[in-house]
Amino acid sequence: MTNLKTTILSNQEVAPGYFRMRILAPGFVTSARPGQFLMLRVLDGMEPLLRRPFGIFRTGWLPADCQGLPPKEYVEILYKVVGSGTTLMKDLHQGDGVEILGPLGKGFELLDAPEQILVGGGIGLVPLFMLAAQLVKRGRVRLLMGGRCRDDILAVTEFERLGVETYVSTDDGSLGEAGLVTEVLVRQLERLPQAAVYACGPTAMLRAVHGICAARDVPLQVSLEAYMACGVGACLGCVVAGAEHTEQNPQYLCTCKEGPVFRAGQLLWHKLEEPRDVCGCNEEEP
Amino acid sequence: MNRAQQTRAAGPSLAVEIAGLHLKNPVMPASGTFGYGEEYAPFFNLDELGAIITKGLSLRPKAGNPTPRIAETTSGMLNAIGLQNVGIDAFMRDKMPFLRQFHTPVIVNFFGNTLDEYGEMARRLADLPEVAAAELNISCPNVKAGGIVFGTDPDAAAEVVALVRRHLRQPLIVKLTPNVTDIAVMARAVEEAGADAISCINTLTGMAVDIRTRRPRLANLTGGLSGPAIRPLAVRMVYQVVRTVKVPVIGVGGIMRAEDALEFLIAGARAVQVGTANFVDPGAMPAIIAGLEKYCREQGVTDINQVIGSLKTED
Repeated sequence: MTNLKTTILSNQEVAPGYFRMRILAPGFVTSARPGQFLMLRVLDGMEPLLRRPFGIFRTGWLPADCQGLPPKEYVEILYKVVGSGTTLMKDLHQGDGVEILGPLGKGFELLDAPEQILVGGGIGLVPLFMLAAQLVKRGRVRLLMGGRCRDDILAVTEFERLGVETYVSTDDGSLGEAGLVTEVLVRQLERLPQAAVYACGPTAMLRAVHGICAARDVPLQVSLEAYMACGVGACLGCVVAGAEHTEQNPQYLCTCKEGPVFRAGQLLWHKLEEPRDVCGCNEEEP
Repeated sequence: MNRAQQTRAAGPSLAVEIAGLHLKNPVMPASGTFGYGEEYAPFFNLDELGAIITKGLSLRPKAGNPTPRIAETTSGMLNAIGLQNVGIDAFMRDKMPFLRQFHTPVIVNFFGNTLDEYGEMARRLADLPEVAAAELNISCPNVKAGGIVFGTDPDAAAEVVALVRRHLRQPLIVKLTPNVTDIAVMARAVEEAGADAISCINTLTGMAVDIRTRRPRLANLTGGLSGPAIRPLAVRMVYQVVRTVKVPVIGVGGIMRAEDALEFLIAGARAVQVGTANFVDPGAMPAIIAGLEKYCREQGVTDINQVIGSLKTED
């Protein structure tokens, strides 16, 4: 875990309103684990004041350049432009400076199940990519990817290149099957009751996925988003109610430190916050 | 080498004294923005700090408020954490052993729900030699019984300060709220009741509304405003308090950079606390300490104490 004052390598719009930013990030290839996140400071000023958390999409090496300099590590994030921070971010270019703090949090636990199912809702697919890259080494991996329309379906070909079987569904049917990703999950679990499920997306989707998995005794891990200030467990702004939580004996878990990935059984689902727009960070619409 | 030569070779002295407590520099975290220290240990050596101030502790663990607990605002943030903490016993068992490895004084911030609880906490802290000083929180705006009832009335403040002072062996720092008509009145009351130092200010009660949902952005409806937005107000209050009391004053409020810390020191604060800046940049405090040293060099100052209270005014 380090705070890097570093530079942007590229920042491109990959679908309307969605951007992919590649950042020079020494140390990230070896240290980042699937499901971890980073805190990005957009500008070195007071607006916006707080950093924004982003799930790590992938890490990698830039090839050695022609001057014989050694290969460099990078980290990639995918984000949806939603609030003041991401609006500033979309206008950043190659060579611009940013600060990133990470990798942070507890990532996914890789389970030894005969079938692995990833469920992504919109920008919620971000933390699933590095997980998929690990899981394909162990066996068959399926990605069930849902969104409101085709613009919300990102990076599916990259998952396919890893060897992941992908199933796309959209609310309006503009890409893949028309309907909810949770309907696809129900069908998959009918055939694959021994599967382990890993999910990230809007709270309503996660709650439905939890209901489906719990009814079938299927192990589920979910990656949560939360509004947070520090990312390291100090501000206590990002807590969620744990399974043992009661009014008399409250139990709060830090999304940044004890999460962002939780086993479904760790959470008190009916207390989980109402769905808000998922943007790959904690921003709310202005 | 004589002392002056040593100082020149080693750089300016940043050391300050607060109520008998020797600090290697005047920079410490504001309670609640630095966890129990270990959260920030990956980023720098905690020995660099003048002191470490813990998250506010109570006799029993406290769960805090429902979420959302924080909201970003213009040049600031609102928080209504609700004094979530592990309790004094778990702190001593699980957190203090980590802090013992550092040679930086540990100041425990604490609060109670009742006068009795404040007294009991003071008795407990008195028996803990690792606790170099205690900071009494009578100023949290987010918990009805969490201090502010004591912090906004001079008689109630004097009563709790006197009680704590009777039981505590260590220096007692009292943290004041800005949510009063005249902070000088509060400062005088706590000084007369036995406070050895005063830190000011805590957060300002604020509110933000989500215009789409038409709901408050915090589950607690209101929260404490912190960050650079409140700094001019904090500097003014520190200046007022410094002119009112003889005990040392620790300046708190929106310090992001060394220049901000210097405003407080020049206005008369003996030390400063850095809060929200820790969230923005985990390296904020070491950068501020380095910046203070640079300022002293540039100004030809050999000792930071020459800067403290050096404000020039017409009178």
